[in-house]
Amino acid sequence: MTFEEFSERSDDLKDKIFAFFLSTDLSTRLDVVKGQLNHEKEAALAALQSEIPRLDPADRRSAGIKFNELKQGIQALLDAFIAKQAAAAGVSAAVDLTMPPRRSWKGSLHPVTLVIDEISDIFRELGFTIALGPEAETDFYNFGALNFPPDHPAMELHDTLYLGQDTLLRTHTSPVQVRTLQQYAPPVRVLCPGQVYRRDFFDATHAPAFMQIEGLAIDEGISFVDLKATLSEFARRFYGGSRRVRFGPSYFPFVEPGAQMDVEVDLGDGKGLRWVEILGCGMVHPNVLEAAGVDSETYTGWAFGMGPARIAMSRHDIPDIRLLYDSDVRFLEQFAR
Amino acid sequence: MIVSHEWLKQFVPHNMSPVQVGDLMSRHTVTLDGIESAGADLSAFVVGQVVSCVPHSNSDRLSLTKVDNGSGELLDVVCGAQNIVVGTKYPFAKTGTTMPNGITIEKRKIRGETSNGMLCSARELGLGEDHDGILALTTAAAPGTPLLDVLGPGDARLNLDVLPNRPDLLSHRGVARELAAITGLPYNLLPLENLDTSLALHADHTIGGQAVTQPTNTQGVRTATHNGITITVEDSASCPHYLAVTVRGVKVGESPAWLKQRLSSIGVRSISNVVDFTNYVLHGYGQPVHAFDLGKLAGSSIVVRPTRAGESLVTLDGVERKIATGTTVICDGERPVALAGIMGGRDSEVVETTTDLLIEIASFDARFVRKTRRQVNLSTDASYRFERGTDVHALEEVAALAVFMLPRIAGGTVESLIYVGAEEAETKYVPVRLERVSQLIGVNVSAPECIRYLQSLGCTVATLADPLAPTDVADDDYSETKTLHVTAPTWRNDLNLEVDFIEEIARLNGFDTLPDELRATRPGNVPDHPLHIVGRRVRDALVSAGLAETRPMPFTKTGDESLRVRNPLAEDEPYLRQSILETLAHRAEFNLTRMQGNIRLFEIGNAFVASKERLPREEVRVGALIMGMRRPPHFTEPNPPAFDMWDALNLALVMVKTAFPPGLGMLSVEQLDGDVLWEITTFEGKKIGSVVRLRLDKPVWADEAFGVELTLGLMPSGDIAPRGKNAHGKFEQVQPDAVEDAKTYVARSALETHRTEASKDGRESRPSVVPGIHAKYKAIPTTPAAEFDLALIVPPGVSAIDVDAVLRGTGGDLLEKVELFDEFRGAGIPEGSRSLAFHLTFRHPERTLKEKEIEGRRMALLDALNKKLGIKPRAS
Repeated sequence: MTFEEFSERSDDLKDKIFAFFLSTDLSTRLDVVKGQLNHEKEAALAALQSEIPRLDPADRRSAGIKFNELKQGIQALLDAFIAKQAAAAGVSAAVDLTMPPRRSWKGSLHPVTLVIDEISDIFRELGFTIALGPEAETDFYNFGALNFPPDHPAMELHDTLYLGQDTLLRTHTSPVQVRTLQQYAPPVRVLCPGQVYRRDFFDATHAPAFMQIEGLAIDEGISFVDLKATLSEFARRFYGGSRRVRFGPSYFPFVEPGAQMDVEVDLGDGKGLRWVEILGCGMVHPNVLEAAGVDSETYTGWAFGMGPARIAMSRHDIPDIRLLYDSDVRFLEQFAR
Repeated sequence: MIVSHEWLKQFVPHNMSPVQVGDLMSRHTVTLDGIESAGADLSAFVVGQVVSCVPHSNSDRLSLTKVDNGSGELLDVVCGAQNIVVGTKYPFAKTGTTMPNGITIEKRKIRGETSNGMLCSARELGLGEDHDGILALTTAAAPGTPLLDVLGPGDARLNLDVLPNRPDLLSHRGVARELAAITGLPYNLLPLENLDTSLALHADHTIGGQAVTQPTNTQGVRTATHNGITITVEDSASCPHYLAVTVRGVKVGESPAWLKQRLSSIGVRSISNVVDFTNYVLHGYGQPVHAFDLGKLAGSSIVVRPTRAGESLVTLDGVERKIATGTTVICDGERPVALAGIMGGRDSEVVETTTDLLIEIASFDARFVRKTRRQVNLSTDASYRFERGTDVHALEEVAALAVFMLPRIAGGTVESLIYVGAEEAETKYVPVRLERVSQLIGVNVSAPECIRYLQSLGCTVATLADPLAPTDVADDDYSETKTLHVTAPTWRNDLNLEVDFIEEIARLNGFDTLPDELRATRPGNVPDHPLHIVGRRVRDALVSAGLAETRPMPFTKTGDESLRVRNPLAEDEPYLRQSILETLAHRAEFNLTRMQGNIRLFEIGNAFVASKERLPREEVRVGALIMGMRRPPHFTEPNPPAFDMWDALNLALVMVKTAFPPGLGMLSVEQLDGDVLWEITTFEGKKIGSVVRLRLDKPVWADEAFGVELTLGLMPSGDIAPRGKNAHGKFEQVQPDAVEDAKTYVARSALETHRTEASKDGRESRPSVVPGIHAKYKAIPTTPAAEFDLALIVPPGVSAIDVDAVLRGTGGDLLEKVELFDEFRGAGIPEGSRSLAFHLTFRHPERTLKEKEIEGRRMALLDALNKKLGIKPRAS
């Protein structure tokens, strides 16, 4: 066989495959098409390839190139057929599938709510339910029943907004402790989230109204060890098990002993790990139990209180507390999940 | 409270670092807020050695030195000191160093010679008052060594967060006492600093051979006279103890260096030896002391008496202060000379020419000082301590200190020590049960440990109720001891109850030593608050609907007078809000000013309603506000339509269906002329919410805003029970309003659960959950539906809901669905009428409906519509 003859047979085969694709219905399944194509080309290609070594050595290189062109040509015809088939099926090559989906608006929870939810979920597992109470309170529930000595400097820790002579906006969620204890007999294990008010200027670090979350556990035989164990467990779950936790003395009129829990955290300011006060806590003062009509000899218990806003600010790097109140939609949408 | 580490060591000699001391305090006593250096920051200074020194050619005062500062290069330094010795090491500041006085050392020419730094004196480094020359260092350290390595870190200030229950910690001695209790180290009652101690200290009760004058007591007025000086206390309730020390012949001048150092270590400025003494005593011993110029006290007397009308006093700060009646004032023979416990008067102030002193060492009643302090609006270090309580016992000690110290630092002779005061209160023993100690702490603390802790704090502890009773038990045998009888020291007025002493034992034992494994607990009796559960459901539904939860400040500019905060800080928003939407509307306007027009906000919070009761009625409500694009823009829909009233109506339905059990809430249609579009009511007709069109202050480009507000329930605020009583199992009796109210709200079901359970077994309520909204399964149809449309011409005055009602009423049992799908006014429809098109679905549960049956229903419907509402079919 001469090179001319080889070239002619190669072109013939290409024409034949071209004709095959022309005559194949676009709706034919692709695997069937490929099977038929193989039937058409395999033997012919093999025969043609076997001719190459028999050609004049001077022509063999050209024949090799020609043969490869033939194979590529057949592949190109197949690709074109697949594209046509896809176009016919409606997925046009013109559709840019990288374009964005049709979205819906995403709602979001307030960052302080996210923290309260997380705290509540942990305590819920530890057997706590949620108790609520009014924000406008009497002096009795906010101070008197909570062992605040009248006219004592302790009152100055609570700059109070008054509604009347002895009515006020609660300065902490602790009145809910007293209400709950008056209403339900022990055992009591409740968590009280709620808005509280202080007579503070509204600036980058203070707000006259803010959220607090408080917990209370009262039963026979509850001790400081239970307080420490439960709050340490909370800290391990909330901050991660590797965090160190410590308890030191503190003072709140409604607990005795009074304590605070510090957690070793890195605030990301380059100063490394340091102790940060997370919550105040203590054993409920017998005067509080007695004021709520609970026998303080039989029952003991503990309570804690913390500020979720401060936690939200530190975990989200929120520099100014007013952002939590402004309700700027560009702020709120950052907490969509 | 700022504590100097060095000063503390005077009371409790120890070799702990400030960090160690701070850590112990944090763990056992009071939180350490921070530690800072008491001196200037000397970290930039190094040891420099003078290798040569020649006189400056253009000055007979200056020298030209070469200094080795370890840099490998000798620096030319011009120095004005006269005490330079070649080969000696001095503190060296290279160019660029900032001195404690704020001046930065620069490379400069001094009379033609370049100077590359400075050799420093002690004063320049803030290390002392010596400025006679540069500070020679006796050290083997090589030039270039940081100066701090040679000098040591110096004094440190510990900042302790002392809370109102521990006024005894408002002095160095108090903190020292605590440190001694924690560590078991001994402590000095009255450290003598650098004073000449060759003289006996305790000359106290006999001064110069003159006896202390005893008070006389007539009609509640106590008075005492000695050496022509009279002290009278007319009002012993506000001034239980008054002790005066008089010193004659003093020379007011500079304080000794050690005293200046003590004060500067805690940031107090030295003023004069006499004033410095008073500050030393205040910060060292916690006892506020005032020095009067005895020569300016009319009649050489002090009278503590109630204020008279119209009195005023120019205080030390130069302000003339009117003194209201009802307070107590300190006077001389004629007029007020001091605001008791707060500040002295300017006229009797100790000045340079003063020679005779009357030192007031008194205790004033805390409540009385606070009252006066509020009236004159002046808070001082003294008032701060008196308001929290001072140690009666310290008066004598401080008097002894005055007697001893004043002649040594200011000269003169102590003349009199006069005391007027009440009898000492009877010693009170508080029983502390050891069993209770273990119960409350949760681990056993042995009797000897308890006793050791309490005694280390200064408590007196007896194991018998009558400490004087004879006993045959060995002193160290506590096997039979069940109760300790404890007396608090005079400086701990916070220790009164058994539990107070248990706290002392607990904290000295240490919270850190306690185990922290969880112990089994009983489940609580308190159910989840229904409003919490409902609130959470509604909240989740609104988030799913694409709204953002917000928590705005709940105050408003205008409101009901009974909802006004009496003492607001921000006068522009003093009212409690009456509606959530009011707050949300303001927040929307805030967003609009920031060019944000796509606003979807909601809040679940409390709104207040004026009430005849003591407290306003408080309702937990949900409010939502929508405006702007209904969907985010997409390339298929670059300009989505804006939210309209129908979106708001849907939100209302979402809220109602999520919040209330099926069938509790319903919507009523209002006239469309007002801003209230729909009202949400209960089946009883009680209005619980509305859908409104909001009139915002908005720019032209902004879309219309719509709001929904719905009351989820009442937050009862009545008293549950009087002080000391409870209402266990009696919910209804104490909260009738709440129950009545709750009948129309979701809370009803929860309350009913409690009621039933309480009555069933006579026991308290058990936890229960608010019943969920449990839909009943309806069989999925197996037969085909028959569907057709009705296009109707509806005359004016007939509303869609009327048409809907007729269709449902006439359609019969087989009518499955009625859907309004078109409204049209215009061509082919009579003026004022409109066309409404309904799609109806009929289905028989068991068989296919026949053509004839369907047509029959169609005719019946058209007939009924025509007869009842005058509706005709629209010609197709």
